[in-house]
Amino acid sequence: MKYLTLAATTLLATSAYADTPELVVYTYDSFVSDWGPGPVIEKAFEETCACDLKFIGMGDGAALLARLKLEGARSDADLVLGLDTSLIAAAKETGLFAPTTVTADYDLPIAWTDDIFAPYDWGYFAFVHGTDLTPPTNFKALADSDLKIVIQDPRSSTPGLGLLMWVKAAYGDDAPAIWEGLADNVVTVTKGWSEAYGLFLEGEADMVLSYTTSPAYHLIAEEDATKTAAAFDEGHYMQIEVVGKLAGSDQPELADAFMQFMVSDAAQTALPTTNWMYPAVIPADGLPKGFETLITPEKALLIPNEDVPALRKEALAEWLSALSQ
Amino acid sequence: MALRPLAISTKPGISAAALVVVLIFAALAAVASRAEFSSGLGPADWAAIRFTIYQALLSALISTLLAIPVARALARRRFWGRSILVTLLGAPFILPVIVAVIGLLAVFGRAGWLNAGLSAVGLPNASIYGLHGVVLAHVFFNLPLATRLLLQAWHTIPSERFRLAAQLNLTPRAVFLGLEWPMLRQIVPGTAALIFVICLTSFAVALTLGGGPRATTIELAIYQAFQFDFDLSRAAVLSLVQLGLAGTAAILALWIIPLVSLGGGRDRPMQRWDARGGGQGVLDVCAIGIGAGFLMLPLIAVVWRGLLGLPTTPASVWQAAATSIGVALISVTLLLVLVLPLAGWIASARRGGIEGVGLFGLAASPLMIGTGWFILINPVADPFAFALPVTALVNALMALPFALRILVPPLRDTVQVYGRLSQTLALQGWPLWRWVILPRLRPQIGFAAGLTGALSMGDLGVIALFADPDRTTLPLQMYRLMGSYQMEAASGAALILLVLSLGIFWAFDKGGRWNADA
Repeated sequence: MKYLTLAATTLLATSAYADTPELVVYTYDSFVSDWGPGPVIEKAFEETCACDLKFIGMGDGAALLARLKLEGARSDADLVLGLDTSLIAAAKETGLFAPTTVTADYDLPIAWTDDIFAPYDWGYFAFVHGTDLTPPTNFKALADSDLKIVIQDPRSSTPGLGLLMWVKAAYGDDAPAIWEGLADNVVTVTKGWSEAYGLFLEGEADMVLSYTTSPAYHLIAEEDATKTAAAFDEGHYMQIEVVGKLAGSDQPELADAFMQFMVSDAAQTALPTTNWMYPAVIPADGLPKGFETLITPEKALLIPNEDVPALRKEALAEWLSALSQ
Repeated sequence: MALRPLAISTKPGISAAALVVVLIFAALAAVASRAEFSSGLGPADWAAIRFTIYQALLSALISTLLAIPVARALARRRFWGRSILVTLLGAPFILPVIVAVIGLLAVFGRAGWLNAGLSAVGLPNASIYGLHGVVLAHVFFNLPLATRLLLQAWHTIPSERFRLAAQLNLTPRAVFLGLEWPMLRQIVPGTAALIFVICLTSFAVALTLGGGPRATTIELAIYQAFQFDFDLSRAAVLSLVQLGLAGTAAILALWIIPLVSLGGGRDRPMQRWDARGGGQGVLDVCAIGIGAGFLMLPLIAVVWRGLLGLPTTPASVWQAAATSIGVALISVTLLLVLVLPLAGWIASARRGGIEGVGLFGLAASPLMIGTGWFILINPVADPFAFALPVTALVNALMALPFALRILVPPLRDTVQVYGRLSQTLALQGWPLWRWVILPRLRPQIGFAAGLTGALSMGDLGVIALFADPDRTTLPLQMYRLMGSYQMEAASGAALILLVLSLGIFWAFDKGGRWNADA
């Protein structure tokens, strides 16, 4: 009798466990860190979905895509969160993603028409530095200075790739000369954003490639007004971060629900003060206090998604040869 | 045809050799099938090749040159703690690379002790990233190795000659030119060549301390092609380049590489009458002090920071530690299954050269084998499910050449001494191993097993290629903590890894010697 009860409870327990569907989201490392948006988003979404949301950190954004190619259709992931406008074309080429039903009234600087990826936040790349420093006002001035910078590898990280596109958008065929000038300013090239920002905070460099919104973190979370972003007169390159559903997902409805959640007020309110980016849809309460202190670029740069893969190949070769000398 | 002195069956040995060859060549074939040579090597690839050779050259030269004064001082001085210091010179063999890196960062990093000192006296700070960081780490690992090799060589000079030199009242310069220089001329090229080969296949050091495209080794470029671009054809081309480079260097170096004695060595301080001058004494004290400080400070930093970081160590680290212990034990088992029959075959063979089979493990890069097996497994199964077995296997292959060098000489002695008696008693097969060989080789088997266990425990190579987010080894978990800038937790993990590596070495080594006949 006892055994029967035991067997019954075990069975019940397993079926109860099986009833809670698991939604696996691959994302970048800083998203899942304790101070990142991961824990907040997970809690809020699990309250509405009766599911188990599982974020898995896989390096930085571009490494995320390589990892997906590595796993192919065999991947356990239902969604990928953290690719950006520079990677959308390459991601679509894999054929691993499925169209989405998400709709929202976006507050993005460009009109959003993509049928596969949904944007959840955006920002401008910028070099962040301490206020005790007189910043250069463009790439040429930076290259001429002896300021030390930390940047990210464009092959593994979305800011790194963004910088490549930034220089390309601003200088076109003169990009190799800019990179040759910058080569002696680069202390090291890190795999992802987290490593680079960590090195900068530790004092390993004067400036780090990040976002115009990064100083808000120091201002709001740490009440520290000594970090700011350098305004470059070539304009600043834009990044729109997106989430996409994998065709191989075994929870397609739930995945759609998660994507819709990411553009809802609940998620959008949390993102500016956890992911430190502009929300894709400005929440009802507006932007958090402190964001008004951030610099606004006079000119926004963005290369159309479909042009990126060809340009990336060329720009990467230029970058590699300039920095490997 | 004369009978072999001992009837060790050659079949298991030949099978083991065949298995090793198949494991490596299957990977090589898979890699070659995917390599597209039409794309050729880009400027960045050439830069990686140049950097790989350049850093290996620098590392070999600096390690060997610095080792000369240290070994000289150790050879002619007796002081308290000398034997401990000589034992410590063997430690880098079983010290996980990533643990050493965290120790070096603590001492030489931007926020490290050296820069704190430099700032205090108003000097500009030094950066550890890039070429100097890579070379620094390589010198840290190889200076002790070079010192040990040179120290052995110093002890081969008969002490009577030094006595004679003292009686003739020769100047230090004359002693050096007459006695030490001829010895150095023989041993130094081989030592440098060995270090050069070791540094050619450097991965973990370049991964953690390399500074972007400017400081990328070929191994690291393979990893990047795999992980960043998922460009299997480029990874394959680079793997072949690596195999060609390291293989050629290993074969060339084989002629001049000295026999590495990883054991206690001939460690007897010499009575020296010739080096009593004040100047020579100051020189020796400086050499030993700097050498010991360079070796000890990072280790002290690991222990100190590790103790501070231990409370912040997350549960994932303990889980990874358990995985690593499992991988290390499997690795040791695989190694013993391969190395014992192989050593038996080599020791009873009258022709030399079979030992070369083991050297495949040294020349073939771990990442090449990993890439190859990924290509082979991928179409039929989930390669990530095989991450741990492949890691254990590659670790065993890496340890094979060292294990053969440890086991073959004593096995050869056993064959010579007990061969005829065993044959008279018609001992063969398992009883022969059980009653004659294993009891006599126990200390060496324990030592080889300990070395393999420690190497496997601390290895950060193949696992980085295809690790699961959920299941990782301790070195990889530690690297991830460093990447997400949780330095305290990473320091705690480093201490755990250090203790585990030394622990597994100690356990096997002690187990082998306990109650041993020899």
